[in-house]
Amino acid sequence: MGLFIAQILTGLANAGALFMVASGLSLIFGVTRVVNFAHGSFYMLGAYVGYSLMQVLPGMVGFWGAILLAGIIVGLIGVIVEICVLRPVYSAPELFQLVATFGVILVIQDLALMIWGPQDLLGPRAPGLKGVIRIMGEPVPQYDIALIVITPFVAFGLWYLITKTRVGTLVRAATQDREMVSALGVNQAWLFTGVFFLGCALAGLGGALQLPKGGADLLMDFTILGSVFVVVVIGGMGSLPGAYLAAVIISVLNVFGVTYAPQSTLVLMFVVMVIVLMFRPFGLLGKEEIAGEHGQVGEPERPIKPAGNRVRWLVAAGLLILGLLPFYSGNFAVVLVTDIMIFCLFAASLHFMLGQGGLVSFGHAAFFGGGAYAAALFVTYANTPMELALVLAPICAGLAAIVIGWVCLRSTGVYFAMLTLAFGQLLWSLAFQWGDVTGGDDGLVNIWPSDWASDNDIYYYLAFVLCIGGILLLRQAAHAPFGYAMRAARDSARQAEAMGINTKRIQWVAFTFAGIMAGLAGGLFVFSKGSIFPNELETARSFDALIVVFLGGVKTLSGGWVGAAFFEGIKDYLTRFEYWRLALGLSIIIVVILGPEGIVGSLRKAGERFGILKVPEDAK
Amino acid sequence: MSPILSVRNLSRNFGAIKAVENVSFDLAKGELLALIGPNGAGKSTCFNMLMGQLKPSSGTVQLLGKNIAGMQPRKIWRMGVGRTFQITATYASMTVVENVQMALISHHRRLYSLTTFAHKLYREEALALLDTVGMVDQAERHCAVLAYGDLKRLELAVALAHDPILLLMDEPTAGMAPRERIALMQLTADILDAKGISVLFTEHDMDVVFAHAHRIMVLNRGQLIANGTVDEIRNNPQVQEVYLGGGTLFKAQEDAHA
Repeated sequence: MGLFIAQILTGLANAGALFMVASGLSLIFGVTRVVNFAHGSFYMLGAYVGYSLMQVLPGMVGFWGAILLAGIIVGLIGVIVEICVLRPVYSAPELFQLVATFGVILVIQDLALMIWGPQDLLGPRAPGLKGVIRIMGEPVPQYDIALIVITPFVAFGLWYLITKTRVGTLVRAATQDREMVSALGVNQAWLFTGVFFLGCALAGLGGALQLPKGGADLLMDFTILGSVFVVVVIGGMGSLPGAYLAAVIISVLNVFGVTYAPQSTLVLMFVVMVIVLMFRPFGLLGKEEIAGEHGQVGEPERPIKPAGNRVRWLVAAGLLILGLLPFYSGNFAVVLVTDIMIFCLFAASLHFMLGQGGLVSFGHAAFFGGGAYAAALFVTYANTPMELALVLAPICAGLAAIVIGWVCLRSTGVYFAMLTLAFGQLLWSLAFQWGDVTGGDDGLVNIWPSDWASDNDIYYYLAFVLCIGGILLLRQAAHAPFGYAMRAARDSARQAEAMGINTKRIQWVAFTFAGIMAGLAGGLFVFSKGSIFPNELETARSFDALIVVFLGGVKTLSGGWVGAAFFEGIKDYLTRFEYWRLALGLSIIIVVILGPEGIVGSLRKAGERFGILKVPEDAK
Repeated sequence: MSPILSVRNLSRNFGAIKAVENVSFDLAKGELLALIGPNGAGKSTCFNMLMGQLKPSSGTVQLLGKNIAGMQPRKIWRMGVGRTFQITATYASMTVVENVQMALISHHRRLYSLTTFAHKLYREEALALLDTVGMVDQAERHCAVLAYGDLKRLELAVALAHDPILLLMDEPTAGMAPRERIALMQLTADILDAKGISVLFTEHDMDVVFAHAHRIMVLNRGQLIANGTVDEIRNNPQVQEVYLGGGTLFKAQEDAHA
């Protein structure tokens, strides 16, 4: 009984930070309609800034003062980010905003590395609260009790601010109808900035408050992001009481999970989420969100045409050069290009459902890594030969996509993005925690190709045929009725449904098709590397694909593989720099704001300007 | 002759509010039937129930004797009902002709095909449809750059693609200039007349209604208060009461038509 109560208390204490980050995210979304993917980064900054302040400020006052100050400082950093990065993209489609905030994640990661170094920092204990108290014989840290007391105060303060003050009234009004509020003479820009300050300050506060329990490290941002999305999705986007309730449920669940099912703590969280969503698609206390009409960035997307003869010859020539590669270059180039082709297929599969279907997935690595793990598990436990494993990898990924797609497609827009991310995290945590089967962090090794394909050159040809074949198949699908139906569902679901198209089923099939292709890429990947580790399932891997698709050009047909080839090609060079994330993050932000057409779109424009390509009548 | 569409006791409540109450009417083959009424009368609710967007609280909607009340929009479409939207809904990333081809592809159940090129499928039929609405010279244009009136005509071509027996048009001339309104409605009436398609439409512009409708129904506070020919409606005191609080309604039109 004592243990039971102690565990509930620990859960409640852990819920504090989670609630603050989640409510901040929820607030920002409610008013600005931007899902701030960098919210975990502000939480991390809160921890680091709090740590530094605690080194300078002495005693009890210093400790609590440092926490408050950390919140304010992080809030101000949030203001800078809002003004510089988000203001230019408020009217852009969701994808652009999400990618922009992802750029912020990269920048903050490297800045934190620059300032605080790579070591994990141990948080100082709270002065006066270093001991434990005993509840029915079980020790409970005093600081936990303090957190349990503080969190409801923060929650109440927030609730008071939102429901009882003039500022709160404006915020709520803006949540309902932004245009009306600005028509009534409220300076919308500064209202957004103010809300961003508040949301980021909450995240910073959460990060600083958990210092004595968890310290500060460079992985905090992604670690909390998954949980925060789960909390927001379970509680209901935009609902503060929902966020608190969900934070408590998840935290208590985690504590019990650690005791009774230590291998499934992370998985448990997602299972709860799926169950909640099956019965309440908008969360426990959330209201139905209707995805708004999307704004446009740059020119409208152009109609597509199958390649003309000139382009076909060009592609054939390119393929010939690629196909003869082993004859004129060394082993290094052959292995590198194998990797590039595999990544191209992965990116092209994401680009297919994102570009044609408008389905912004933040968890596509689930199918890439899933296919890779499926192949590796078959080889390890069933001695499956490579040929069969390469068939099973896409099949398993496709099956996973059928299940995951079914759940995720119950929602749309940003909810869909968050759900895919959460499922990606789920598969990652399965691979990571289920060590007996998956090898956990040590991964699965000795997954080599069959004898006939063990030569690098031969494997190159295998990858060449499957990857190029896969990319061409995806391209054909885009020109086929199926691809058109995907675009119809994306452009106007209303009209599509009214002309007999089952839009959800089209999207479900597209999701599965993309999953199968990613699984094939994963299967090829594992045999090329000989091993697989959980990081191939990480959110960061999903983001890799998303970013190359984006930089390649979402509104073009070739953006996926072109972006992938370009970035996988220069990655080796890029990652030699110490602060390459900073550079990449900044360039992403710049591209979002200045060149949203991406590489292919910009090249096309340049070609048209210099008369190499014909300008369509309607684009003049 | 049995009616195309037969609506009986159609009702819809939102909580305690009775948005539509016991609405019953028939629509004969080839008939152009207008549904009018002041704002908040329940026109949209009524329309949304017929098109499958909204489930009725009670009542039946029979299409050629089959109950379609509560069916999904795409199933109602497959039974031969076309529709146009108050705010146009087209596929902005496609060309004009591809928009029509899309409807034909769906009609022929080729949506999941991977081996053909969509832009080659049913192209001739699509061009013929565009010809009937006078849009064939713009067939290759990008849908995103069309003028609003052209979008409306394109939507009409799309709605005709599967040879519907019934067309539901939600404010077909909303958002257009007065001269365009008459022209579009004349075009619509001519096409439907030639093809023998029945139409139910809502409309705010009384000029359009009185010029083209064969029959008019008036909805007020969720209830059907009148159902008759143009002249009957024009002289109906209850309708005049609803619209002008007892003033001399439709005098202007009467004079214009006289």
